[in-house]
Amino acid sequence: MAIQLKKVITLFALIMWGNLLFAAPNIEQWSDRSGAKVYFSQANSLPMVDVRVVFDAGSARDGDKKGLAALTAALLDTGTGELDASAVAERFESVGAQFGVGSARDMAWVTLRSLTDPDILDSALQTAHDVLVNPAFNQADFERDRQRTLLGLKRQEESPGTIGKKAFFEALYGSHPYASPVGGRLDTVEKLTREDIVTFYRQHYVAKNAVVVIVGDLSRAHAEELVAQLLQGLSEGEAAGALVEPQDDHKGVTVKKQFPSAQTHIFSGALGAKRHDPDYFELYVGNHILGGSGLVSLITEEVREKRGLAYSAYSYFSPMAQFGPFMMGLQTRNDQADQAFNVLTETVSRFIKEGPTEKQLKAAQNNITGGFALRLDSNRKIAEYIAMMAFYDLPLDYLETFSDKVKAVSASAIRDAFSRRLRPDEFKTIMVGNSQ
Amino acid sequence: MQRIILRFFLLLIAIPLAVSASDQKVHSYTLWNGLKILIKEDHRAPVVVSQVWYKVGSSYEPSGVTGISHMLEHMMFKGTEKHLPGEFSRIIAENGGRENAFTGRDYTAYFQSLEKSRLPISFELEADRMRNLRLIDEEFQKERQVVIEERRMRTEDNPQAKTGEHFMAMAWTNSQYKNPIIGWPEDLENYRLSDLQGWYDRWYAPNNATLVVVGDVKADEVLALAKKHFGLLQPDDLIILKSRREEAQLGERRMVVKLPAKLPFLTMGYKVPALNTAETESEAYALEVLAGVLDGGNGARLASRLIRGQQIATAAGAGYNLYARLSTLFSLEGIPAKGQDLKSLESALREQISILKKEPVSAKELARIKAQVLANSIYEQDSVFYQAMQLGMAETVGLGWHKVDEYVDKVKAVTAEQVMAVAQKYLTDERLSVAWLEPLEINIPQSTTIQGGAE
Repeated sequence: MAIQLKKVITLFALIMWGNLLFAAPNIEQWSDRSGAKVYFSQANSLPMVDVRVVFDAGSARDGDKKGLAALTAALLDTGTGELDASAVAERFESVGAQFGVGSARDMAWVTLRSLTDPDILDSALQTAHDVLVNPAFNQADFERDRQRTLLGLKRQEESPGTIGKKAFFEALYGSHPYASPVGGRLDTVEKLTREDIVTFYRQHYVAKNAVVVIVGDLSRAHAEELVAQLLQGLSEGEAAGALVEPQDDHKGVTVKKQFPSAQTHIFSGALGAKRHDPDYFELYVGNHILGGSGLVSLITEEVREKRGLAYSAYSYFSPMAQFGPFMMGLQTRNDQADQAFNVLTETVSRFIKEGPTEKQLKAAQNNITGGFALRLDSNRKIAEYIAMMAFYDLPLDYLETFSDKVKAVSASAIRDAFSRRLRPDEFKTIMVGNSQ
Repeated sequence: MQRIILRFFLLLIAIPLAVSASDQKVHSYTLWNGLKILIKEDHRAPVVVSQVWYKVGSSYEPSGVTGISHMLEHMMFKGTEKHLPGEFSRIIAENGGRENAFTGRDYTAYFQSLEKSRLPISFELEADRMRNLRLIDEEFQKERQVVIEERRMRTEDNPQAKTGEHFMAMAWTNSQYKNPIIGWPEDLENYRLSDLQGWYDRWYAPNNATLVVVGDVKADEVLALAKKHFGLLQPDDLIILKSRREEAQLGERRMVVKLPAKLPFLTMGYKVPALNTAETESEAYALEVLAGVLDGGNGARLASRLIRGQQIATAAGAGYNLYARLSTLFSLEGIPAKGQDLKSLESALREQISILKKEPVSAKELARIKAQVLANSIYEQDSVFYQAMQLGMAETVGLGWHKVDEYVDKVKAVTAEQVMAVAQKYLTDERLSVAWLEPLEINIPQSTTIQGGAE
């Protein structure tokens, strides 16, 4: 589950670039007769197609049964009415198709990559349809994969980084659905039943709760047929309702967790931004300068380049349907954890107070807009962007207007947004390591 | 924006099933000073990737300075006669570029991804640091600490990675593959600036490098640009690296690693030739197919038989590095399922090996692998970076970039008999090493909560 989660966060990271020199892909949009929204971008240079179906069925929909959404997604391809897991895999692999499932807090998804040769694509599509619409959720598969999930969760407890990150989300979100890890917890996964999976699937894997993205070497007409075939028989259902807003208690807290590791892992931050957020571009460009642009960011400059305290030091906003986290992090030798944490805190506090210099702002804007083409230079990346736009219901011109919005951000607006949104004395901080 | 710092990551695992039978032509040149240049036009998006590969990596290192290739890779961002420390990264960033570098056992490589008009900036900076690096002690002392932190993060606090490190040190007798890419802890502490200078002087020269460019460019223009920037550099007399071929193994090797961990873990490997060292090439391709039979997807044998089926493993994998410079390991690893242990997992994995020696793989399995290889050769063209990576790697390990184009046909030619033959010849107990990670309990006392935030 951890890997899948990482994947989706990477996807979010890729989302935010602007454009000077590169036309954004042309996106067509329609509704399939099942009720699902469809987004299509034609890409003719390679005889292949990428399909993504994204459901509002992430772990935020778990309720009390933490881990339910992730296990449901993971079980999709373990069997259908006719095929067992090996037969499903063989059907895809024998035509060279790649099929995947995954989940995060906001969403769950399936992906299919296939050649567009008609026989190959038809076979891959039939199998994908069967998996999506007729999953069997056999008891034996459920039990095996539940046990595998439990072992996976147990293994995460040997990683101070994973322990810290989980604790950070718990401290930040309290009783909000975003608090629990995507894969659930040992005690909650232990109690899941096959019936839970079936119920979750029936409610959430429905057309009105789905968006479909297609990028590849197909005509519009062919793409329409493809979606109709893929979703044939999927119930219409209902879109999931809006998630409740997480509440900020405005209380700073620092938790030190003892762990027998060589390094202390530090996570610190607060509630950050929504995907639809009036301060979105100010926060994004500002964070790019603060801790989002690798070696040239302020945090890396202070922590790594000037002092050699850590290999990786960063900050990010992870915008979600509701307020995603603003998080800073690093990992360092135990005996210098406090020193490194102070550097991190001083850096963010100074940035909130002073904002960026004009020079820093210009450099960040140049980096973001000048590199826009890199963000859309493959079918896979284009499909990931469109899936994000489709899922969060962003306007179709989102990519086209992105650069202008980045360029319109001013240093004073960044300072204003950061000082309104972030108060270091209210940050939640987790330190996991062997410090006394 | 999670884990945005990819800079200086290590390539610890091999690129799986490399390769493409692409229609686009590779243009190959060699400059007067020995710099090899490979250019592939791909006009799908207005971007370009530029990579400089050096023939040096951890398998080139003598004892006492293990990890120095990787340390030097870090220092390559720390300034030249012309540019201050960190300026390289700032210039690339201001031009909208992304850059990074990686060190492997057999190579050290640097790359930039850019909008196509910015390629001259990349060439100017790479040519500069190929010959004019300025090693500054103060920068080095800080960066050494960064690398030590990197090692702690990747290895010291990761039980499976640490087990893998000890496993490699046991499996190899005298092959330089026995040392970790990042180096042994004491060696990291002991580098001197002069060690780095010596390493740079010995290996960083145009006649020990390959420049790979893939993207929306014209080959003749890239060549002219390369001549302008790299053509001024002087070549070196390269001292030939002495061969250190692995001594024959004289029996199975085993070890138990005890570490604080939550789950047991098994890693094992058989000594096998790579494409570069195989008596006949077909043996290497047969081993590649064999890896696909075991682990080429969710329908392959390890997933269908060990994870599902017998339910002995909760995770299991097999791997083979076709493109290693030296003879390598055919590796297997796994985590026991609930109620199973390392012993039953090892028996199950060894049983799969013994089946491969006794029964030819089915026509259906071979057809699956070949279909996957063919499809992948199309999918891979979706990434300019991956295309450049394959060319650079094949060239740098000494195979030559043409091998990339041959891959699909060579894999398609592999027969069930050849797969069985390599299993019988190489997957023998005399060539096997096995490590078990037996977890020690992790004692976690209560956590301390302090009210009040970061200020």
